[in-house]
Amino acid sequence: MHGRPRNGPRSEESAAKAGKLRDLQAQLLHNHHNRIYTNEARAASARLLEINPEIYTAWNYRKLALQSNLKEVTDVEAIKAFVEEELRVVEAALRQNPKSYGAWYHRKWVLNHKFSPANFDHEYWLLGRLMKLDPRNFHGWNYRRFLAALSNVPEVEELMYTMEMIDSNFSNYSAWHNRSFLLSNLLKQKAQGFVSKEKILTDEYDLVHQALFTEASDQSGWFYFLWLLDQTVSPDQPLVASSWPAHGSSWVVSTNRSKSDCRLFPFESSNSCYYLPMSIVPIILYFNQPVSGVSSSTVTVNSVFTSNEDITWRPLSLAKSENAHCWVTYLKISDARSNGTSSVEISLGHSQDIKSAHGSPHTCPVLLKFTIELNCIDAEQPGGEFGEELFVFNSDQVCLPYEDFPISSFDQLKISENHAPVASSWDVETLSNEISLFKGSPDDNCKFVKLTLARLLVAYDAMMSERSPSLQKKTHSEEVLKFFDDLIQLDPVHAKFYEDQRSLVILDQVTFDKESLMKNYGRLCKLASSSHHYHVLQLNKLSLTRIGFVERLLWVQILDLSHNEIQSISGLEALQLLTCLNLANNQLNSFAALEPLRLLSSLRVLDVSFNKIGSYLIDTKRYLCSSPMSHTVDIKEVIKEFQDTEIADYWEVIFIFKELQLTQLNIEGNAVANDNLSLLLKKTIPGLIWLNGDRVQ
Amino acid sequence: MEKLEGEKHVKYILSVEKRKDDFESLVMDHLRINGAYWGLTTLDLLHKLDCVDQEEAVSWVMQCYHEDCGGFGGNVGHDPHLLYTLSAVQILVLFDKLDVLDVEKVSNYVSGLQNEDGSFSGDMWGEIDTRFSYCAICCLSILHRMDKINVEKAVNYIVSCKNLDGGFGCTPGGESHAGQIFCCIGALAITGSLHHVDKDLLGWWLCERQCKDGGLNGRPEKFADVCYSWWVLSSLIIIDRAHWIDKSKLINFILNCQDKEKGGISDRPDNAVDVFHTYFGVAGANYLSV
Repeated sequence: MHGRPRNGPRSEESAAKAGKLRDLQAQLLHNHHNRIYTNEARAASARLLEINPEIYTAWNYRKLALQSNLKEVTDVEAIKAFVEEELRVVEAALRQNPKSYGAWYHRKWVLNHKFSPANFDHEYWLLGRLMKLDPRNFHGWNYRRFLAALSNVPEVEELMYTMEMIDSNFSNYSAWHNRSFLLSNLLKQKAQGFVSKEKILTDEYDLVHQALFTEASDQSGWFYFLWLLDQTVSPDQPLVASSWPAHGSSWVVSTNRSKSDCRLFPFESSNSCYYLPMSIVPIILYFNQPVSGVSSSTVTVNSVFTSNEDITWRPLSLAKSENAHCWVTYLKISDARSNGTSSVEISLGHSQDIKSAHGSPHTCPVLLKFTIELNCIDAEQPGGEFGEELFVFNSDQVCLPYEDFPISSFDQLKISENHAPVASSWDVETLSNEISLFKGSPDDNCKFVKLTLARLLVAYDAMMSERSPSLQKKTHSEEVLKFFDDLIQLDPVHAKFYEDQRSLVILDQVTFDKESLMKNYGRLCKLASSSHHYHVLQLNKLSLTRIGFVERLLWVQILDLSHNEIQSISGLEALQLLTCLNLANNQLNSFAALEPLRLLSSLRVLDVSFNKIGSYLIDTKRYLCSSPMSHTVDIKEVIKEFQDTEIADYWEVIFIFKELQLTQLNIEGNAVANDNLSLLLKKTIPGLIWLNGDRVQ
Repeated sequence: MEKLEGEKHVKYILSVEKRKDDFESLVMDHLRINGAYWGLTTLDLLHKLDCVDQEEAVSWVMQCYHEDCGGFGGNVGHDPHLLYTLSAVQILVLFDKLDVLDVEKVSNYVSGLQNEDGSFSGDMWGEIDTRFSYCAICCLSILHRMDKINVEKAVNYIVSCKNLDGGFGCTPGGESHAGQIFCCIGALAITGSLHHVDKDLLGWWLCERQCKDGGLNGRPEKFADVCYSWWVLSSLIIIDRAHWIDKSKLINFILNCQDKEKGGISDRPDNAVDVFHTYFGVAGANYLSV
């Protein structure tokens, strides 16, 4: 099947071989079906397996034969002889094919049954020989793990073996892999000698440097280094990264007794406003890694509007995962009767039940506080909603921000006050050292050096800004961008990978702080129908390919991402206040790619014109999107009012759009756009007023 | 300009169907039903499935069925196994002939192979491997009987085989390998559990399989092989990172592995062709050219 030359010599020898194989196989099946386990029969099966160890039925036969023969035998030596015969057959088979699943399993099966005490010396000797022939044979490594478990070899000893293998040849990915597996187990268990993660990692960095600077062209060390880097920077504890409303903000809620909606204004300015249908104020918590367990027992919301017991938190996750970066709850204002100011307090960290995916609990105490001044009026309030008039993204209604920019929600949650003090600066020092080391590398054109440096610098900047948010500016973004530009030249095969990484660095740069946001892209917009302003962020023409840093954008109402290269909008589901979204002129290649929008209950205006929806035969978001194929959608629920033909062609359209309350949609310029689709969209979105710029009749 | 020699490949596959007696065919006799699946799927991709006598094929598949337990063997007379049960079900689906199956019986055979820890044995002898998790989940999904297994435990077992480089191995601690990764990612996809995957980390590991010659290898420091055009590429597609490899270089590699005279595709240029690599090459080329 592998590695045989084309047009190899065909001879009579081949025909004879075929004849022998055919006979032995026929014999085997005959003996197997008739349960014939004589010495002669078994010997024939051994000859068969020596020629072709892949015939799994022959191994099954031998197991049955062994069991049958051992039933009549009690003599220890006789049992031993039978067992050794099996092991010899396996050895012969492995000589023929050291990667035969059947052969390896037969050996494990025999040893596991403990018919006879195992000769571990022999086992390790055999394994040693095979591993010498092929140190990358993963069957061998798996068998080693099996022997270690069977003979109670401590993990520390196995770790030493990986060291031996690495010493003899740095280019042994299998050894590095096994080393990482054993080390991470020992660290997790806090086994003796492995309590100080910092010391262990420092030693591993030293070890991997030797590999990287002797065999730079071999990949193994670089993958191992990436793991070490991840261990160095990964936050042990989950923390709250940002929230909306922001801590310390003040709001005025204006609600009309007769209508069910309300408006939320920042205290400082009655011009900008969040329109809240159903008089519900969303409260969003964004964590630095996906967490589970956010509920009214782990998070306390104190307010005059709802009692904590009635609060339900939900994860903003499309998957049926209990883990999410972003959790949201809703504060119902409509029942409140009396005017006046009150504060809303959200506290967490008192329970151990908010956990990261790895099980680390969130324990850092957090108190998020904002005030609401309730203003019930009788008058009808104009505007605030999007729909009646056509909203155009590039209008001259978008104007420059005021000088005293009244958005306090730009600031991230000031968590530095609530942090437990950082015990050591080992991680920052380590990153610094690694950066110096690689910058000093003589190998200028090694892609791994450049990529690793880029990763190190990004990690370093992120770490510094978390430690001292007010002090640190992004010092290395430009340098990192240059590395990615170099990499695209050096390693064009992976250009799109580097572009995706680049995209995140650019997003980081432009959203880093109030200054960068305001300097380039923060604008306010004025709609003719009302005197209100809306928070607009214009991130067009930045060569963005994907979304990131959404924790800084929770306040955005109008987002313009047009004229980029975006092919994934994963992450946008966190922007719960998003009302208008422009994704025109991007690279979205299917409706499934729009699934994150399903969670945006405030979204009213969507422009996905001039993308690539319908241009490709294969939908690469097919399994990332909820669908009947991944058993995450009950199709019966989705299709209730639709015909079979509509469902077959456009079920994602129905699934994604029917929950949204869009008033305006633009899909022209996509290969999939046609009259049928337009009809279906009008049926799926009953509240739609504008489709492709035309009023819906 | 190289092109995919569809017609030649069809001829090659039909010839393989006839050939049973030479050494190369005999050596793969025990997994013939698996080879049949790959061959028939290739014909289907090339819109030539009707070149095969459907009745004959279905009848032969059913000869591999074990009435007593509900599983299928790799060929007539061979023992039942999950691998070949999946192949059988897949072949029947290709011909839209699932109605010949005792679906209850077959799905009980499959679900009966799930172990306490959520893993799956390949057959009654107990070998555990994430390949079998994929076979079971894929098979039961096709038969609409996923409710017969403990999906949560099955997913947890697969996740326990996730490695620190983002990939997956056969058993916990097993080294990442593109074939195993395909099986794990496929199983996670079918069970809506891809959120367990670090797509950026795994995506990078997978895209680094692309070698200088444009082909893909199965793990670091190995040679490119056409079969990884399927295992690696499918995995990349499922986690939406397929754009991280260079499509045109890969397609050139695949096209260079064709036997342009006799048809069929081999693992590497100028090596012997077989039905497996023919499928992997045709499927890979199909994705890349659109």
